This record gives sequence, structure tokens and C-alpha cells, in this order.
Amino acid sequence: MELLLSGLEVLARWDVVAALLVGSVGGVLIGAVPGVGPAVAIAILLPATFSLDPIVGLTVLLGIYGSSMYGGAIPAILINTPGTAVNALTTYDGYPMTARGEARRALSLAYSASFFGGIFSVICLILFAPVLARIAPMFGSREIFLAALLGIILVVVAHRGQTLIAAALASFGIFLNTVGLEPVEYTRRYTFDQSWLSSGIDLIVVVLGLFALSQAFLLMTDIDEKTRMTKLRGGLFQGFRELARHPRLASVSASCGVVMGMIPGVGEFTAQFLSYTYAQKTSKRPGDFGHGSSEGLIASETANNAVPAAAMVPLLALGIPGEALTAMMLSVFYVHNVVPGPGLFLYQMDFVVALYLALLILNVLVIVFLLVSTRQLIKVVNVPNRFLGAAILVLSFVGVYSLRNSATDCILAAAFGLIGFVLKRLKLPVVPIILGMVLGNIMEVKLRSSMNRVDTLWDLIERPIAMVLFGMIVAVLALHLVNVWGDWRMRAARRKDIRERPERFGGWMFRRRARLERDRERQMRARTATHARPWSHRLGE
Amino acid sequence: MSDDPLQASAARTRGQPLFALVLVAVAAGLAVSFPWQVSHAEGRVLVAQPGFWPGVSVAGMLVFGLLHWRMLPRKRLHRMDGTEARVWAAALEYAAWFLCYVLVVPVIGYLLATVGFLAALTWRLGYRSPGMLAMSVALGIGIVVLFKAGLSVKIPGGMIYEVLPGPLRSFFILNF
Repeated sequence: MELLLSGLEVLARWDVVAALLVGSVGGVLIGAVPGVGPAVAIAILLPATFSLDPIVGLTVLLGIYGSSMYGGAIPAILINTPGTAVNALTTYDGYPMTARGEARRALSLAYSASFFGGIFSVICLILFAPVLARIAPMFGSREIFLAALLGIILVVVAHRGQTLIAAALASFGIFLNTVGLEPVEYTRRYTFDQSWLSSGIDLIVVVLGLFALSQAFLLMTDIDEKTRMTKLRGGLFQGFRELARHPRLASVSASCGVVMGMIPGVGEFTAQFLSYTYAQKTSKRPGDFGHGSSEGLIASETANNAVPAAAMVPLLALGIPGEALTAMMLSVFYVHNVVPGPGLFLYQMDFVVALYLALLILNVLVIVFLLVSTRQLIKVVNVPNRFLGAAILVLSFVGVYSLRNSATDCILAAAFGLIGFVLKRLKLPVVPIILGMVLGNIMEVKLRSSMNRVDTLWDLIERPIAMVLFGMIVAVLALHLVNVWGDWRMRAARRKDIRERPERFGGWMFRRRARLERDRERQMRARTATHARPWSHRLGE
Repeated sequence: MSDDPLQASAARTRGQPLFALVLVAVAAGLAVSFPWQVSHAEGRVLVAQPGFWPGVSVAGMLVFGLLHWRMLPRKRLHRMDGTEARVWAAALEYAAWFLCYVLVVPVIGYLLATVGFLAALTWRLGYRSPGMLAMSVALGIGIVVLFKAGLSVKIPGGMIYEVLPGPLRSFFILNF
């Protein structure tokens, strides 16, 4: 109780209240515009928050992160286009409901499910905070190194079907972090004798290039999408009543979000996938899923909104971001000399609780804002894509140039923008690069500092938590290898099946018929030629 | 996350071998230059060497990049990879627009550059209606007022402001 009061005291400032309002409303607007997304918005706003207090800056960013998924459900339901990537599953059941004239019900259900997911996860984490505060100090350099290593492995493994390229891109991220002067001996690493590379490559420049500029390029080289908007009539409160009829589904989905959110690299997609599968398997009408099932909508929206609060756990407790958005937030901590990790839970617990309370208040603000203004809000969905690209380009300039007023940074950001554009065109993952940069730095620093107490590899894992983390790394890799082996066997079986399919026999028969026809035609032609020139035979005789 | 692992299977095949080969070539180039680009520190264990993490990362790029290329359904370059490369090159135009904007801001100031840039780019993108052009101008002014005057982000005043009289000059340098 004392902690809650001290947390509220941290929040009781006009600038924090303003940040909450800006973050919540801004996040919903950003989420509602397809093609922008919270990553672009946070990347742009990041340098602007450096001049603010850490709690104010983080509240704005958390606001955008937490509320964008609420907004993202609007275009997902109304025009079958997810506002943010994590709302993709919402289109499965949300849009079919709109198509059969239940847009209001779908939106209302999405809002109430999102609200439940958000509140559930924050309450879980507030209750869980004392346990975390006890566990976090047990993490030394070795444990944090192993946790970062586990994080990067999970990020790579989570990109199923793209694991190899995700690993290559994560390695690229680690490489980018090593460019410049080495922090102990101050020797140059991959600077190619260029003075502008000596200070290294700034994370913000890479983030802005890969997320914001690449998105601007993508939008401007594309065509504007024509959208037909459904008119909304009536209130949006009915969703709460409908949600109350599915308490088990909502709780399980929110729990999936909380657990998956806490694991680095896993995030919203896995949480949604698990909760949606659970909902379908336990439903009395599994056939409705994908055709406008209210349970499907509840599962996906509850799970994805439970993730943001949980994703703050590895960041705050260990200083390890589990995804790109929390990696960006880490730089706000560093700029203000607030070191997230075990020390934060020991000495600044009120700050941690304040952040959780901010998320709680934010969810309330967002739901009130949405219930009041959805009818006006749906107009932002119609902003032309290419114009949006131009706006992002101008906003990205603020982010990059305000860092050091350096044109070189802008050139670098443009180069990373082009790399991000190519990756997005090829549907390859961008996030491993960012997490490679952040986690690569953590791994380098922590491994070096733990070397004083480590002589052999066994020393690295002899402590209980280190041993558990090492066991998890081995288990994740083993599980992944089993999956790869299973996929390979399935592909081999499919190839064999194709080889032995009757179509192959049909093809063979077709070719044989064609050959027989050709031969017959040749014979006929020869016979016709002989009949047409009987004298030639005689001549030959 | 912005990346959706559930949609990984929907990856585009056009341009994949080209990208994989460029990645491998870059990694190979970095691997070849490794001896010249990192130094060896005497008396330090392998993992504390300055070149340890660059070595690990370059090796990772090379090995995983090669494996990725090896596992592609189509490994050889095809004409359609060239088509995709032309789409990539189309983005260069907008990168050039961005860099021009970067160079112009310190000369004519943030306000004029932003409004002019947004209006010109809106025109280039094919929005010729007065409404859209007015929207671009309003957006430009809004962005400058929000970030420079409101949030006081560090963007230097333009050289053009030097011609303004004293108080007006400092007002423009501070706010626009």
C-alpha cells in the first residue's frame, strides 16, 4: 500500500498527467492509421523525450505502446486492414462481423477485451512486483549475460520459417554495435579510418532508419488504398456485457499475454496464437472462428493488450529488452542515467510502481476516449498512404537531426531506411537487427565484467540462476532443432508424395500420347508425300 | 513487434537470392578485412579481446547468410530479381528528397524548409488539389510549432534569419 501511494506521488504532476493524455490519445490515433504503427511513432518521438524527465518521457512512450493496439483494432474491424501488425488476427473475426452488419458489436467487444487484457496484466504485475524485487538482485553479470543470450536466441527462434535470416540479421545488429572505439583499450574496430565512424553507430539513427524512414519509403512507393467506411450507429457499451459472459476465455487469454510478454523475443504474436487456439479448441462453435466469432475476437484482443505491461518486466528487472519497442525505451533510461536492472527494484521501487500505475490509468483514459470519440476517429483511417509517407519523412528528420545536428547521421539513417525498405519488401524481419545491437552491447559488457570471476566455462554457469538460464538456452535450442527436424521430415514426405502422385502418371500418359501422335503424323506425312509423287518411286527404281 | 513470425511463410520470393548474395558478399568483405580492422590486446583472454564480438558477429552473418541462401527455393539470380532491384532503386529518389531537406534546413531555416519540402513532395506524389496542398502546408507549420517551439528540440536556426532585425531574429531562431 505504501508503495502504491509513493507511486501515485510520482505521477501526481501536471507534466506526467499531460504525458498520459498525449500518450493515450496519440497512441490510439497512430494505431488507427494503417501503415504507421507504434514503432515508427516511438522512433520519431524518442529524441524529443530525452529533454523530459524520465517518468514523463517514458509515460509518453508507454502510452503510445499501450494504446496503439486499441486504435489498431478500428481499421482491422472496419476495413479489414490491421492498424498495427499485432491486430492482424483481429481481422479474422472482426471484419466478418462488420460484413454481416455487426461493426458496432465488434468494435465494442474489441475495446472491452483490450481493456480487460490491459488492466489484468497491470494488476498481475503490481501483485508480482515484490516477488520480482526479491529475485532481481540475484542476477549478477553472468546471469544477465546468459539472460541476454537467451533473449537473442528466443528472438531468432521466434521467427519460425525465417530463423536463418533472423540469425544473420541479429549478427548484423551485434556487428553494428561493435563499430567504433572499443570501450576498454580504445582501439578502433571496423572504422575503415573514417573519423565519423569512431564514435560508433547510434542506436537511434538505426531505429529511425529501419522503422520510420523505411516505412515512409514503403508508403511513398506504393499506391493509395481506397477504403469504404461503415457508418456506426448506437453506443459501444454492449461489449462489456458480452465479455462478462466469457470470464474463463478472457482470463486465460490475458494470462497468455502476461506470460508471453515476459519472455524476451516472444511477444504479442505467440500470445495471440496460443489464446486463439485455446479459444477455438474450447469453444462450442469452433466452426465460427475466422467467420466472425466473438470468442476469437476476445481471445486475440485480450492477449495482445496484456503484453505491453508484461514486456516491461525483463526491461525493468534485468535491463534486457524483449522487443524493439522496449529496446527503444531502454535508451531513454540510459540518457537519464537511470540504469534498469536489479538496482532499480532495490532502490527505486516507487518509480517501477509509478510506471505500472501509469499503464493502469492509461487504459482507463483510452477506453473513455474511444467510447466517446470512435465516430470521429474513424476518419483518420482515410488519410492517403502516400501523403502519410511524406509526413513520416519530415517527422523522421526531427528524430535524427535533433540528436547531434549531424548531416552524417541523416545520411546513415537514410541508408538504414533503404535497408529496412528492402527487408520490408522481402517480408524479412527487422527486429533482430535492433535487438542484436542492444543485446550485443549488454552481452559484451556483462561477459567482460564477469571474466574476473570466471576461469572455466563451468564457473559461468555454476550459480543456480545461471544454471537455470543455461538449461533454458539448451532446452530452447534442442526444441528448435526438434522442430527443424520435424519440418524437414514433413517437407521430405511432401516431396516424396509429389513424386509418386498419380498426376505424374497422368503427365507421363500425356507425353506418351503426344509422342504417338507426333510419330503417327510423321508417318501420315511420309505416306501422303509418296502418294502425291508416284513418279519419284519409279525414278528411284 | 513489427515483424510477424506467423506471416513468415508469405515471404516474397522475388529478390530473395539477390538480397542473400549481397548479404553474404558484405559479410565476406568484412571477414577478409578483419585482420586490419581490429587489433589484438596482449594478456587478455579470448572473450575479452577487442576483436571477439566483431569476429563472432561477422562469422554469424557469413555462416547464417550462406545457410539462408542455401535453403532458398531458388538460389540462382533471375530476371525478376532485376525487376525487384528496380523497385528498391525507386526508393532512392525519396532518400534523395530527404537528404536535400536535411541540407536545406540550416540555410533557409526549419519552418520554410519544412513547409516548402512538404508542399513540394505532396505535389510530386500526385496530390495536386488545393485542399491537399493546404493540408501539407498546415501540417508543416504544425510540426515546426510542436517540435521547435513546443518541445524545444535541438534544431539550429537558419542562416536566412541573420538578415532579420535583432528581436525578431532571436524569436525566429528560438521558435522556427
